[in-house]
Amino acid sequence: MNMNASTPRVEMRGICKAFPGVLALDNVNLTLMPGEVHALLGENGAGKSTLIKILTGASTKDSGEILLEGKPLSFQTTGEAQALGISTVYQEVNLIPAMSVTKNLTLEKTVGRFGMISWRKAREMAREKLRRLKLDIDIEQAVGSYSVAVQQLVAIARALDDDTRVLVLDEPTASLDAQETAALFDIIRDLKSRGIAVVFITHFLDQVYEISDRISVLRNGNLVGTGLAKDITRNELISMMIGRELGEVEATFAAKSNATKGEPVLVAEGLGRKRTLKPFNLTLRAGEAVGLSGLLGSGRTELTKILFGAIRHDSGTLSVGGKSVGRSSPRYSINSGIAFCPEDRKAEGLVGELSIRENIVMSMQAKRGWLSRVPRRDQERLAEEMIKALAIATPNADKPVGQLSGGNQQKVVLARALASQPSILLLDEPTRGIDVGAHAEIITLIRELCQKGLALLVASSELDEIIASSDRVAVLRDREKIGEIEGADINREKIIQMIAGDDGH
Amino acid sequence: MVTERKNIDETWLNRLKGSRAIWPLLALAVILIVDGFISPNFYDIRIVEGRLFGNLIDILYRATPTAIVALGMAVVIGTKGIDLSVGSTIAIAGAIIAWRIHAGDSHFAILLMALGAGIACGVWNGFLVAGLGIQPIIATLILMVSGRGIGMLINLFYGGTDPSFESALLQGLSTGHIWLIPTRIIVGLAIFAALWLVLRKTALGLFIEAVGGNAAASSLAGVNARIIIFVAYIVCGLLAACAGVILTADTHTSDPVSVALYIELDAILAVVIGGGSLAGGRIYLGMTVIGALVIQALTTSILISGLPPEYNLIIKALVVVFVLLLQSKNVRALFSKKAARPSP
Amino acid sequence: MNSKYLPLAATIAVFLALFLIGGSLYRNFLSTLVLGNILADNSFIIIAAIGATFVILSGGIDLSIGSMIGFVGVCMAVLDSLGWHPMATAALMIVFGILFGALQGLIIDFCEIQPFIVTLAGLFLLRGACFMVTLDSVPIHHEFVDVYNSMKIHLPGRGWLRSSAIVMLISLFLGIIIAHFTRFGTNVYAIGGDKESARLMGVNIRKTTVMIYALGGFYSALAGVVYALYTSSGYPLAGSTLELSAIAAVVLGGTLLTGGVGMVAGTLFGGMILGLISTLIIFNGSLNSAWIMISSGILLFAFIVLHRFLVSSFNVKGT
Repeated sequence: MNMNASTPRVEMRGICKAFPGVLALDNVNLTLMPGEVHALLGENGAGKSTLIKILTGASTKDSGEILLEGKPLSFQTTGEAQALGISTVYQEVNLIPAMSVTKNLTLEKTVGRFGMISWRKAREMAREKLRRLKLDIDIEQAVGSYSVAVQQLVAIARALDDDTRVLVLDEPTASLDAQETAALFDIIRDLKSRGIAVVFITHFLDQVYEISDRISVLRNGNLVGTGLAKDITRNELISMMIGRELGEVEATFAAKSNATKGEPVLVAEGLGRKRTLKPFNLTLRAGEAVGLSGLLGSGRTELTKILFGAIRHDSGTLSVGGKSVGRSSPRYSINSGIAFCPEDRKAEGLVGELSIRENIVMSMQAKRGWLSRVPRRDQERLAEEMIKALAIATPNADKPVGQLSGGNQQKVVLARALASQPSILLLDEPTRGIDVGAHAEIITLIRELCQKGLALLVASSELDEIIASSDRVAVLRDREKIGEIEGADINREKIIQMIAGDDGH
Repeated sequence: MVTERKNIDETWLNRLKGSRAIWPLLALAVILIVDGFISPNFYDIRIVEGRLFGNLIDILYRATPTAIVALGMAVVIGTKGIDLSVGSTIAIAGAIIAWRIHAGDSHFAILLMALGAGIACGVWNGFLVAGLGIQPIIATLILMVSGRGIGMLINLFYGGTDPSFESALLQGLSTGHIWLIPTRIIVGLAIFAALWLVLRKTALGLFIEAVGGNAAASSLAGVNARIIIFVAYIVCGLLAACAGVILTADTHTSDPVSVALYIELDAILAVVIGGGSLAGGRIYLGMTVIGALVIQALTTSILISGLPPEYNLIIKALVVVFVLLLQSKNVRALFSKKAARPSP
Repeated sequence: MNSKYLPLAATIAVFLALFLIGGSLYRNFLSTLVLGNILADNSFIIIAAIGATFVILSGGIDLSIGSMIGFVGVCMAVLDSLGWHPMATAALMIVFGILFGALQGLIIDFCEIQPFIVTLAGLFLLRGACFMVTLDSVPIHHEFVDVYNSMKIHLPGRGWLRSSAIVMLISLFLGIIIAHFTRFGTNVYAIGGDKESARLMGVNIRKTTVMIYALGGFYSALAGVVYALYTSSGYPLAGSTLELSAIAAVVLGGTLLTGGVGMVAGTLFGGMILGLISTLIIFNGSLNSAWIMISSGILLFAFIVLHRFLVSSFNVKGT
């Protein structure tokens, strides 16, 4: 390995990037050496994608600099970055499924003259590219007709040129099975031996240790640390990703009050869905908060959505308030007293154009039906109450929700859930992307709701949040619920150990 | 720091939002004022044969059918959809009127049948969009292409030789007057009031705007997005049929080929001038009516100014382009030095 | 079979079925004479539809086609009365069509407005312009028109391939070359298939969009020229709602209205299906022209639903 030799392939220094209301990257440094596999880890919203987009020209930085082999770089488009030898395989958007493999591999690459395409040359080029990855497929078929694994390899083949210097792979193994992953790793090792710097983004810890030389961890837009893979234990790594030190408010709650448990209000037995989540058992009781802990991709969101009916289960039984649920759906769940606050507020939580008042009233209104409209005066009173109770920072209730900051948006989602007067509340990442003050407020709120007799489920990527807010913790790993811990057992070490599995270093 | 900048943006965003309602009103005012200069007795309103006459009344009178169609369109656009088939719906409703009058049905029943035909058209479109999940432009294109043919076919039911008819009830609704006021204006106002009540005094308006703004989020909040979209297309079909009754009774004949030609475009234009975004999420009923009035006022101005009526389309087109350019972020950035305005 | 070709196969099957139905119902239907006439009568719709195919393949729509045909027609006629040679006018109008289309494309991409609305404004503008040029039907007297209309190639049997049909077949050939053998053509499919992916793969979206609508403008202007020469006149209402026929021809030709999938050659058959339907109904004599619209609507419905369920087979990404 020539890792300690020469200059770094790429140096990103002091990269900052802000979106309205969020600081996505705060002074992040990243160094890539030639011929190394560099794993980039972090939960959703930690800033991985933003950092990669800046490196590959898909997004621009607010400040900071990027050096390619010691020379400062500035590019505006992915095309310019590719010309300099920096290529990316994005997790989702990467190929045109309806077009043939040949067309996908040669799109906007020069073949033929005068804007004409010589399909003979294009096919040669396509075969050449596939040969590099030892992939033998019919190149005339539509890309969409192949398995995701093959599509992934085609995308890599497209990204690789003779002069590729940096290759970024964003969650390349997310939908591959073990064998396919092994084949991909052989290819990555081969690329490495050719001196290409590979950035590998994943949430599978086993794979991180199997393939990478160095690891960098991001959390909330900050670089938590960088180190050699062999020097970082699995527990340390998990701790870096999800184990923020407890804040004051959280610490006070971390000492558990031994509240008496109420009646079971939701019972799931063998509930699951193929390729989404293995069957699990879970009981939620009135007055008890259950935490859902696990890494990104472990099935936290899926479990919550299955309970709510947003993802339909295909095995097991679910009963709510003693009544068995047949075909679950969000509407049915809301009517039977379940409320849900989704992780992705912008896409699934709020209607940005509508006012705070309208967003808060919506679930409650849906429960009452369209004919019995909540009178305007009641709407206003409810909105005012919620704004006061949850300390939503806004001049008035008629402001469009889209203009609020992340924390306040989260509170509106919560307000809407509470306004429907649920007996069960499912929260997915209630504190994602919000500042420290609001964070503590929301944890306090969760505890208060619980004391009022609500049954809570809190899915979170932040360990401290789980520890602070839960009476019981269910731990997930690789789309499977692997166990529960209760009372005094709820602590960082125990949870990290469970997530890491028995083979932890 | 971030929050502070946000607050400043909010105040001037709000001002911009407030001004959004001003623009169409201003446009209408400017057109009417210019008309006053062109024709000194433009604002005169007199009573002839027991009803009001005058340019202003005329604008209201002629704008009514378009405004009614545009109100339905506003509802559909609120769900992030579009209905291209309103012209066809009008043709079908008109053909049914002529056909059943020849068959000798009671005129009140015929009125209900015409409206029922509109509902049926809405059900069809709703089925394609909400049921089969076909893009609205494509789905409603089917009825747009075939609807006028269906109207012609209905005319054939009674030989198709003489589709003209007389009906005291229907023509009363269209060209008659109550006291001094043309009935169709009263009908238009009644429809407006009824729609307003249905949208704003039930939760339907909120649900439609929620579904149009973010269908995924509204579903998770418990709103049945499919049924809401379905209802929106039915409302649009029903209102188109109302306009169909007025237009058909006005001409005393069913003419599926040319009745209300391009009305879908005028209706969409009225919604857009009224500040509605084709991206859905908001319904502005009042502003949509203003939009329809702007279009008609333009047409009337061209008539009284002595310009050939052929200029009408060109001017309409230029108005559309102007309104669109005004709404475009990139164009505003081009003309504003403070180009960097963060989108919320 | 590759499911990509299924819509095209369905189109050809429908075309053959209609042709055979015609043959079984009427003597002399199965002849090159009828075929040649259908080709000539529908040549301008098919030419315009070829342009619309590119627009629709890219996921857009062009409503200005009919008005463009009308506008080109009246200009041809009026300039003819001023002594211009039809070929000179044709060249001028085609350049105008390209520029007008390019402008529409630029507004669509730069202002981020739906193509539907922009080309709707184009529809109004050009139709209004027609009325400003002339309000009457104006004949084209130039002797070139007679020369043009008398040019034809003898087909086996009693049929003729007339000049309009020849122009149409040449434009079809050109369209196939552009769609399948140029980088631009591949980019059109890429944008229609997945605009964001295409952008990330390095396709210049703005340049391609402008070119797509310019090409659409070229084809509709050419359709206008063919229409004017074929009818030897210009009429300001000519071509009204032809954009609908063109779009219908594209969809019946197996191109997905959502973009990304389809073939230019299919549009020929789509246009021919529309032509066959009207010919059949005219042959029948007792049927009203209403049936033309209704049967086009029914076929459109069938194809759209077919496409709707085919799309899922391409939609592999995401869960």
